[in-house]
Amino acid sequence: MKVLMKGNDAISEAAIQAGCKAFFGYPITPQNEIPEYMSRKMEASGGVFVQAESEVGAINMIYGAASAGVRCMTTSSSPGMALKQEGISYICGANLPCVIVNVARCGPGLGGILPAQSDYFQSTRGGGNGDYYMPVFAPSTVQECWDLVFHAFDVADKYRTPTLILLEGLLGQMMEPLEMTKRPPVTVDKSWCTDGNADKRPRNVVTSLSLYAEVLEQMNIDRFKVYEEITKNELMVENSVKDGDTVAIVAYGTPSRIALNAIEELAAEGINAGLIRPITLWPYPYEVFQNLPSSVEHILVAELSMGQMVEDVRLGVEGKYPVHFYGRTGGSIFEPSEIAAKVREIVKGAK
Amino acid sequence: MSKVVYEKSRGLTDAPLTYCPGCSHGIIHKLVAESLVELDVLENTIAIAPVGCSVLAYNFFNCDGVQAAHGRAPAVATGIKRVIPDKIVFTYQGDGDLASIGTAEIIHAAHRGDNFTVIFVNNATYGMTGGQMAPTTLINQKTSTSPYGRQEATTGKPIKVSELMAQIPSAAYIERVSVHDVQHIAKTKKAIKKAFEYQIEGKGFSMVEVLASCPIGWNMPPVEAAKFIAGGLMPYYPLGCYRDIHAEGGSGA
Ligand SMILES: Cc1ncc(C[n+]2csc(CCOP(=O)(O)OP(=O)(O)O)c2C)c(N)n1
Repeated sequence: MKVLMKGNDAISEAAIQAGCKAFFGYPITPQNEIPEYMSRKMEASGGVFVQAESEVGAINMIYGAASAGVRCMTTSSSPGMALKQEGISYICGANLPCVIVNVARCGPGLGGILPAQSDYFQSTRGGGNGDYYMPVFAPSTVQECWDLVFHAFDVADKYRTPTLILLEGLLGQMMEPLEMTKRPPVTVDKSWCTDGNADKRPRNVVTSLSLYAEVLEQMNIDRFKVYEEITKNELMVENSVKDGDTVAIVAYGTPSRIALNAIEELAAEGINAGLIRPITLWPYPYEVFQNLPSSVEHILVAELSMGQMVEDVRLGVEGKYPVHFYGRTGGSIFEPSEIAAKVREIVKGAK
Repeated sequence: MSKVVYEKSRGLTDAPLTYCPGCSHGIIHKLVAESLVELDVLENTIAIAPVGCSVLAYNFFNCDGVQAAHGRAPAVATGIKRVIPDKIVFTYQGDGDLASIGTAEIIHAAHRGDNFTVIFVNNATYGMTGGQMAPTTLINQKTSTSPYGRQEATTGKPIKVSELMAQIPSAAYIERVSVHDVQHIAKTKKAIKKAFEYQIEGKGFSMVEVLASCPIGWNMPPVEAAKFIAGGLMPYYPLGCYRDIHAEGGSGA
């Protein structure tokens, strides 16, 4: 049976059903429905809710709860995510699992509260110090928000890494039909956690500190081996580019749905285009661009930013195709007709 | 047969301490370790190390240990204590960590009445980074970033953390102590033990501020440094209990 739910509420309920036992957050639009939902429901489901003093506080509470071995989540929006970067670097350095959600708005600075995709660099390249990445999932529907929450908790536990769900404010606020399918959590060994049971096992330590070059280098090398595993096993991409398509449009999140409408509009005029929708933004599906049908002549990247993911597309394309860009920013959202017009311009230019 | 009259607390590991000669961290570690053992909670404790000279405290306390970002230990403690409330959690923080970069975290942990213990080591300087000025550095005290002595006109007066924390309605127990001589070390032990007892009994947020020496940072021999605690720090930072909401008559308002 389907229910009608907002993206933010779907994320909250999915987290509870995925076994999240601790939520820490700080109010910021457009994600407020999540802490509000958690404040109503966490206690009843045997978990804890704390409204932190700041996003810095919240991410460090996550560091604590994760080190104690429980599934935990924090959510925020762009300026709050900027504040969490220090904590995320420490969480990566200490190999702690947790889920972080960014219901993104436009920037820089206080920017505005309208949706944007201008946190792509922040999400995939990190604002914190040191060599680290974290898996980033970009849902495009409320259903996918729901499903990816379960997945994000599993991936976090499996590889002992934070995972980030990145969506535009648009999707957080939007209501769509949702099938609340539940899946059991992966079973993992958490014997490393600092849960105060040193009478039953050797004492445990959670730290990102290492003062010896060889030791820290080895820790980083080991972590990058885990990143290789993640890249091998956890890449997610939807690719509908078929033989005969001359243009491949690359878009993620809700804007990918606008791109689909543009593709329909173009098909009616006999211009064939297909969509590449990365679902994991890190690891990025670079290989997809090496295996496109021979009919493809152009790549168009459509983003709600001044052009961020386009850099990953160029890395994947390796000069094989011209890479074009169309973006809106500041909270403006493109219409299908704008993307279609850009495609027409590209195709004409090629003639 | 000889009788054991003194032995190292099993609350400490065998790792050699990394502190300078005359530094108070070692004594304070010992007092914390002994308290945890005497209260029979050592194995069920999580120690949270700060950024500062005691950053490696998790190597010294013989229990689970977590290393926190600079100043964030109270938020980390909140995260841990909330999800495993029947375990004992304490943060161990210096004055740069707690009274400068971590003011928001410490105040709000107390404000929420979180049931953990804070051991606050006030040595009036940033020891780890080479003896720079801290918010707790005394007026006219020379440090590497106040080479002519701390000037009130440009850097204000030293912050009094216990007095400040005593104003927070949900804080349960706040006391300032010192470790400059044997008599005061004994009193410090009592305060630390009481703070942990409060936590065990679920009475709420407790903090013990310990006036401590930093001979290297202060550029003084250890004996002189101990005298500076008594003659320099104590007049400005009076010892005593600043808040105890569970005491007879309750000294906190
Ligand atoms: C974010 C950040 N800023 C600065 C530092 C550098 N740092 C390391 S220890 C320290 C000061 C510690 O002083 P205090 O808390 O007084 O402890 P003590 O070393 O005196 O025991 C600083 C500033 C850091 N590690 N992280």
